[in-house]
Amino acid sequence: MPDVAPALVLRGLWRRFGAKTAVAGIDLDVPAGSFYGLVGPNGAGKTTTLLMATGLLRPDAGQVWVGGVDLWADPVRGKALLGVLPDGVKLFDRLTGAQLVTYAGLLHGLDRPTATRRADDLLAAVDLVADRDTLVVDYSAGMAKKVSLACALVHAPRLLVLDEPFEAVDPISAANIRDILADYVRGGGTVIVSSHVMDLVQRMCDHVAVIAAGHVLAAGTLDEVRAGATLEDRFVELVGGRTGGEGLAWLRTSSA
Amino acid sequence: MVAHLVRLKLILTANGLRRNAWVVVGFVVGSLYGLGVLVGCLAALGYVSTQAFELREMTGVLAGAGLVLLWWVVPLVAFGLDATMDPARFAPFPIPRPQLLVGLTLAGLLGVPGVLTLLGALGSTVLWWHEPRAIPAALLGALLAVLTCLLGSRALAGALARVVVRRRVREAGVALVLVPLVLAGPILTRLVPAGYSLKDADVTPLLRVVAWTPLGAAWSLAPDVAEGRWGQAAGRLLVALATVAAAALAWDRSLRRALVEPVRETTKRRDRGLGLFGRVPATPLGAVYARCLTYWVRDPRYALAVVLVPVLPIVFALADPGGRLVVVAAPLSGFLMGWAIAADVAYDGTAFWLHVASPLRGLADRWGRALAAASVTVVVVLTLSVVSAMLSHRLTLLPALVGCGLGMAGCALGVASVASALVVYPVRQPGDSPFSIRQGATLPAFLTQIGGWALVAAFSSPVTVLTSLAVAGHPAAGWAALVVGPVLGGGVLALGAWLGGRLLDRTGPDLLRRLLAMT
Repeated sequence: MPDVAPALVLRGLWRRFGAKTAVAGIDLDVPAGSFYGLVGPNGAGKTTTLLMATGLLRPDAGQVWVGGVDLWADPVRGKALLGVLPDGVKLFDRLTGAQLVTYAGLLHGLDRPTATRRADDLLAAVDLVADRDTLVVDYSAGMAKKVSLACALVHAPRLLVLDEPFEAVDPISAANIRDILADYVRGGGTVIVSSHVMDLVQRMCDHVAVIAAGHVLAAGTLDEVRAGATLEDRFVELVGGRTGGEGLAWLRTSSA
Repeated sequence: MVAHLVRLKLILTANGLRRNAWVVVGFVVGSLYGLGVLVGCLAALGYVSTQAFELREMTGVLAGAGLVLLWWVVPLVAFGLDATMDPARFAPFPIPRPQLLVGLTLAGLLGVPGVLTLLGALGSTVLWWHEPRAIPAALLGALLAVLTCLLGSRALAGALARVVVRRRVREAGVALVLVPLVLAGPILTRLVPAGYSLKDADVTPLLRVVAWTPLGAAWSLAPDVAEGRWGQAAGRLLVALATVAAAALAWDRSLRRALVEPVRETTKRRDRGLGLFGRVPATPLGAVYARCLTYWVRDPRYALAVVLVPVLPIVFALADPGGRLVVVAAPLSGFLMGWAIAADVAYDGTAFWLHVASPLRGLADRWGRALAAASVTVVVVLTLSVVSAMLSHRLTLLPALVGCGLGMAGCALGVASVASALVVYPVRQPGDSPFSIRQGATLPAFLTQIGGWALVAAFSSPVTVLTSLAVAGHPAAGWAALVVGPVLGGGVLALGAWLGGRLLDRTGPDLLRRLLAMT
């Protein structure tokens, strides 16, 4: 009997910052075992939604269910099921890569042999073996993303929430990470990624939600959402705002 | 272009002020403080201007040289001071370098320190109102000196940028500057015998040398002209002009280099294996403990406290040799180092998300942090107790000092464990200069400190009373303090960790939101 409960359910999530409403009533169902893409223009509320969905930001209203657990009512049980890679935050960067991943494992209650073995496996999987003993403060942006991903995976979560996981990551590492994630989904895990890169989402995900101005414009399987077009065309159609290429005539240097 | 750069600086300042009200308060307080210093200096100058020529010359030249030295040295360690107009940021724009140089120099003048320096330098001409012919020379000297300050600091910073950018060098440099600063006051009071006044001082040799150096040459113009030492005046003018020219040239060169190859830190630090993570009990609490203790060693913001605190007994011993003051060292350091964790979550910054995202109980978080701080503090308190008991020649005080130090440390840790679950305020980020206080830090930080300190004082009062009795000559009270201190401290710590942990279970995401808003 497969696990049929959705991996993540968002109901009526609201969040305001001062006068600005970042997230205005988002409902979302992420089926277990899906590879879910969250796309939207800059400032659409993707990051805010994911912070609230992972217990990092308190919603003004609404509920978050992770694997059937009400996350904000029982955070300790809910967070044990979650692996998170937030965007735009720092790491405990005075630790080495190996120490940081081990730290994340121990915080999740792993025993030491398990934590260290998994840290070794993960650092190998994200190509950081050579830098395992380097302080994270000396890592490049891409390396920091990769070590964050290792931290998110170390406790074998059931649901993985990744905010812009491919930003600043080189193409080879990105391909390796995609393989890891695909493998994880095949093994029964659920992944949510946010991204600006439509092509990537189209190739990688089986479900997708389009978010703009704090609302869900469309959500469902990839084929349902793109309705025969490419995801990019469908996205532009939903979100709008294309300005056309006219108006910058002076940019044509040959005419000057 | 020069006007653009100056306007950019003004816009950046204004926008910084618009971000929130506390920044305005900080700016106003800073300006008022600076203004107070300026008025004090001008008043002193006014007083000195009625004195004999020798004193006026000495004041003008030596104080002026000190001002230039401050401008040159402080930016080397204080990198957070004014990065808004970092030349490297202009690298993408095709700005002619001479214009960039002039623009950045003028922009550098348009800050609180720059304006105050200019006003102070111009104000120093008041020293020469007896000798009207010296006043034009004084004005010229003041302007040259201000240019020397501005250009010299940029030139030195630029020349050393490639050295200072290495983190370890900068962190060591901070300790090298701070420790003598802390010691300077007491050492001076020891060196200068009682009843000594400036009139008896023979600083003429020093004056004679400084007046010919880039630091003092510009300031010596006025006294030379006043006395009609025209030859010397010409020589010193030459030195002052050459200084400005050399500084401009050196800065120009480093600017040229900075624009084409921005400085990057290249050395990487490594640490083999798991370090403390391999030795602590493999629990969330143990992990937090290992991480915090690692930070006490590796993060300069904590490490600096560990370096500075042992200096305390030396300060007290110098300030009050053979006296009683030195016995304060152990309790005071216990208090200061225990209280340090009040800023623990603020020091984590947004990296705190890892704790919030983990199924980590607040209680484990609190105990991990407190025990890490306690491990360092207990060693320091025991060492300082022995050292200060020996320095004060009263070994009988040892039990009282140990008890009081541990009691203070426990109370401070307990109260701080609650405080840091409730309040976070902007602190220096790792790598910022330790001299830079983040603007907007003032009020919540201030209220937390005052309220927290009052609570620590109240909780620890039994043991401080017993220790005072012991110092007053009741040895039995000392032994009582040795028992009461650790019990009281442990009790307050346990209570604080429990309450702080319960609070943190609820406030964790809210603290993180505030930390995110500060970045």
